[in-house]
Amino acid sequence: MNKAIEITVNGQKQAYDVEPRLLLVHFLRDVLGLTGTHVGCETSICGACTVLIDGRAVKSCTVLTVQANGAEVTTIEGLEKDGELHPLQVGFWEEHGLQCGYCTPGMILAAHDLLRQKPDPTEDEIRHGLEGNLCRCTGYQHIVKAVQHAAERMRAGSR
Amino acid sequence: MIPAEFDYSAPTSLDEALALLGRQEDAKLLAGGHSLLPALKLRLASTPHLIDLGRVPGLTEIREDGGVIAIGAMATHHSIETSELLSRRCPLLTQCAAWIGDLQVRNRGTIGGSLAHADPGADYPAAVLALEGEIVARSATGTRTIAAEAFFVDMLTTTLEPGEILTEVRVQPFPAKTGSSYRKEPQPASGFAIVGVAVAVTLDGGRCSKVRIGVTGAASKAWRAKAAEEVLQGNAPEDAAIAAAAQQTTEGIEMNGDIFASAEYRAHLVRVYARRALREAADRARSA
Amino acid sequence: MPVTPKMVGARIKRREDPRLITGRATYVDDIRLPGMLHLSLVRSMYAHARLGAIDATAARAIGGVVAVFTAADLKGQTGPVPCVAEIPGMKLPHHPILAEGKVRHVGEPIAAVVATSRYVARDAADLVEVEYDPLDAVVDPERAVEAGGAVIHEEFGDNVAFHTEAPSPEADRAFREADRVVKLRIVQQRLIPMAMEPRATVAQWASGDRQLTVWSSTQIPHLYRTQLAEALHLPENRVRVIAPEVGGGFGAKLNVYREEILVPWLAMKLGKPVKWTQSRREDFAATTHGRGQVDYVEAAVKQDGTVTAIRAKVFVDLGAYFQFFTPMISGFSTMLMHGCYRVPALSSEQFGAFTNKMATDAYRGAGRPEAAFMAERLMDEVARELGMDPVAVRRKNFIPKDAFPYATPAGLTFDSGDYEKALDKALEIVGYDELRKEQQELRKQGRYLGIGVSTYLEICGLGPSVMLPPKLKAGGWESCTVRIEPSGAVTVLTGISPHGQGQETSFAQIVADSLGVGMDEVLVVHGDTATVQSGVGTFGSRGTALGGSALRMSLEKIKSKMKTIASHMMEAPPDALDVGEGKVFLKSDPSKGLTLAQVIDAAYNFKAGIPNIEPGLDATSFYEPTNCLYPFGTHIAVFEVDPETGRIQWRRYVAVDDCGNVINPMLVEGQVHGGIAQGLAQALYEGVVYDENGQLVTGTLMDYAVPRAHMIPHLELDSTVTPTPVNPLGVKGVGEAGTIGSTPAVVNAMLDALAPLGVKSIDMPLWPEKVWRAIQEAKRS
Repeated sequence: MNKAIEITVNGQKQAYDVEPRLLLVHFLRDVLGLTGTHVGCETSICGACTVLIDGRAVKSCTVLTVQANGAEVTTIEGLEKDGELHPLQVGFWEEHGLQCGYCTPGMILAAHDLLRQKPDPTEDEIRHGLEGNLCRCTGYQHIVKAVQHAAERMRAGSR
Repeated sequence: MIPAEFDYSAPTSLDEALALLGRQEDAKLLAGGHSLLPALKLRLASTPHLIDLGRVPGLTEIREDGGVIAIGAMATHHSIETSELLSRRCPLLTQCAAWIGDLQVRNRGTIGGSLAHADPGADYPAAVLALEGEIVARSATGTRTIAAEAFFVDMLTTTLEPGEILTEVRVQPFPAKTGSSYRKEPQPASGFAIVGVAVAVTLDGGRCSKVRIGVTGAASKAWRAKAAEEVLQGNAPEDAAIAAAAQQTTEGIEMNGDIFASAEYRAHLVRVYARRALREAADRARSA
Repeated sequence: MPVTPKMVGARIKRREDPRLITGRATYVDDIRLPGMLHLSLVRSMYAHARLGAIDATAARAIGGVVAVFTAADLKGQTGPVPCVAEIPGMKLPHHPILAEGKVRHVGEPIAAVVATSRYVARDAADLVEVEYDPLDAVVDPERAVEAGGAVIHEEFGDNVAFHTEAPSPEADRAFREADRVVKLRIVQQRLIPMAMEPRATVAQWASGDRQLTVWSSTQIPHLYRTQLAEALHLPENRVRVIAPEVGGGFGAKLNVYREEILVPWLAMKLGKPVKWTQSRREDFAATTHGRGQVDYVEAAVKQDGTVTAIRAKVFVDLGAYFQFFTPMISGFSTMLMHGCYRVPALSSEQFGAFTNKMATDAYRGAGRPEAAFMAERLMDEVARELGMDPVAVRRKNFIPKDAFPYATPAGLTFDSGDYEKALDKALEIVGYDELRKEQQELRKQGRYLGIGVSTYLEICGLGPSVMLPPKLKAGGWESCTVRIEPSGAVTVLTGISPHGQGQETSFAQIVADSLGVGMDEVLVVHGDTATVQSGVGTFGSRGTALGGSALRMSLEKIKSKMKTIASHMMEAPPDALDVGEGKVFLKSDPSKGLTLAQVIDAAYNFKAGIPNIEPGLDATSFYEPTNCLYPFGTHIAVFEVDPETGRIQWRRYVAVDDCGNVINPMLVEGQVHGGIAQGLAQALYEGVVYDENGQLVTGTLMDYAVPRAHMIPHLELDSTVTPTPVNPLGVKGVGEAGTIGSTPAVVNAMLDALAPLGVKSIDMPLWPEKVWRAIQEAKRS
């Protein structure tokens, strides 16, 4: 019944036997203990569970762990490189892009994919690009600024 | 949040998938999973066996072949939205895909999954109808091609038979002087279409030589607004003619209603958005 | 001597953020304990039904299921779910932990299934068979209070939870003498607070030392502990409540829920740690909702636009049971329904209705958004009926800036205000006169631009303890301990429980300025009853105003002690000394003094044996406010309406808010942005819908429209600063102001846009179809 899977999470190979129904978000949180990825709904709306699979933002509550077999998954815990924050993490910090912080990991990873596709987005493009992520605290304005801040840093070549 | 138990297979060829499907009568096919997995998690649906098409090769391609554009069933909304081939040869599909869900959903959701699921609020059906597309289905006994108009039967129901797998969508590239438009009113919570109108207009000597209108979201299934098409056919796309055509888009259709939009409002919106989409498509055709 | 830059007033980035942006924060569901069990609840599918047999045989048969409990197992073991609010003559329904005999709303818990994993617990919950005998559902609060029909709590005989009247002969006279009476019917629809983190509770019972530890996503760890200890018949000092990282609350976690008593009880009963995490669907059905009123409100008006009295009849949709504050929320609405206007007389009547729905309770603003909505809609309606500009009507009625402290007809005393100043600033930023001209031009072209003004006022930082109900066993105070450690590090233990507001940063700013130490020397600790001496919590925009004032008191005490110690060491009288810039120095010659390190060493090493002074360096304070606080401001919404679809196209949103002195402007902006988004959401998008059977139609995020980034316009903020004399910091609260100010601005803009078409009223949320329909109906009539 259980299936053998091998998934690279934040650069580390993880091999487990899992139930087919095990959601990727529960694999990350409950099996690997990577609790930076959050659960905010069960209908693929809120985006709190967003991670990267092979560089693309996905909602890990709507992916079975077995579907990710063989893939590379990046969670918020894997974004720092050599102890240095990712420009998006810096942007959210500098521009007060978070309050309670619950949506933040998902928001950052969705923005990561957005900036991959549009390195210099307008405010409107950021707002539409992040429509898969709900935030209840910030009213989104400082999140827009945070993404702009990160985009500027990234274009300047800091990563 | 937690689905009931099921067994799972990830076939690596279409034949293997078809064989599994033949053996497991109640099995469900898993494509992008963005309709099926939420339903399983809410326990609105259940299945003893999931057959994941994610590892079947060759289903994600978008290619032009012998004057036909073929889109693999497992092509994601994102790959359609950003397809250079489609934006050049059949932009209505890219225009439509850009409206689906959100960035993450477009990264996972697929055209085949969406069409086979036949949610009344899905976006693609409008575009595929307006493009007079064809849906290719494989079964253990062979391949058949279903015209888009014959494909959608009712809410969540298509003419796909048990044992068939939707493998491909085929559309014709745009002829010269063709323009298109997709206009949508999203349901504010889910993002599904309350109304979505897809239009393709081809001009010849300033007159509409071909007009195709597909509508989704408003009724239990998507439809082609042929009466409206006929009003414009052979006429110049002047505002008055477009308005007259748009009035015909809801002829004979029974609308859905919900808390956000009653049947009456949906019908009204279809006509308004049809008019706006026709105007935009005709303007684009002119400059094409 | 060198002057370190002032921290208070500066845009300091948050000290909370490093753990949050790297995924290293610990929310309740992140907690894993050895042997931990998981709870899943069987919840009612019906709004109103008698319960028959409950059969858990199949559920118990699944491997991994540890226990299944129903109300019968809990009988006599716990107290009920607490409601601390008391209204004269109110009926207080019994609120059991699991349904007893009857279910009264969809989502009411019936059985508790405990298993070794969350997957198994969920599977087993599906296998519990419950027999229901459905009854008619009571859904509409206005009809609920009429005689006849189903009764939710049979012992009361009807569904009237309370009926209160605050009559006023002055108001009656004003209405008799009025030139005009302006009337509105207002529906303040139910809203779902929707904190991003659903509720969650983990409990662990250490039977050896009889110590219960509970981690819960709550805004009020100390108040919860008091109530929990009582419900479980435990000495309060045997209960430790921890609010770890909390992912938003918005009032919905200012409560004590069934699960917050059940989970600890299970942990004690089963002798193992138990975790419960709510799904979003459960959150929608079984976490408190906000608002839920129907108001009939009218103003007595003179021909020149002066409002002489306001009268209201309010029907409150309370739900089936009372949560913590349920019956008292609507009281704030009528108390403040005159807003920032000098209205001499108020009279009101309230009907509290039991309905077969989840309870309503505090949600960001809690009664004041309803009040501001009444006041601000009335002002626009007065303007419309008299053919005046809405701004002119407001100016006519403002309480003037020299009238403070201002005694209101409801018995409140407004602390400070300059309403005209905020209004003028907002009008200037938005270019009001030009916009009105443009509006006229556009109307000629058949285009509909709306300009909506709201000059809101609210009450926060409640307040003298007498304003809070006795059953709370706490008052309006807040507590703070400041401890200077032997190393010189400063530990602040605050009784507020921030969950996004940022006081780990803003309190450190206050400490840094007060003592002249670096921000990095300061640690702000909160949310743990074992480490924080006492507290009330974070709600009602009280954190900085009350918690910050308590902090300030403790800092003053510590500084006083430092001066006493230093005076002994320097042989100078204490009042000749001052503390700052990391030193205790002579006022007359700041170059002479001791470093803080020297004073701290003297306090702890204590070899010098300072007479009449205890060793150590800490101070605890309880700040009791003498009054509430009254922030205010002007919000202006500008958008164009597409009359063909009912959709809007945003042009501008300008907000000028006044929350007194500001500790960290960046945090204040964040509060205002978020508040406005929630207020706009009430106006435009969100609304709980129960059908006639009491089924929750908006049961998931697929049907309840929490706004996404592109649904909120770019917000232009500015401020005025009118400090309050009430507290030592001069700060007012800002957590709810945006929510309170924005909703009426949007509705006023919509009705302003559609005025030429004859549209006079549209109920919220202003969904496009409702707008379109209102236009169609106005055209027909």
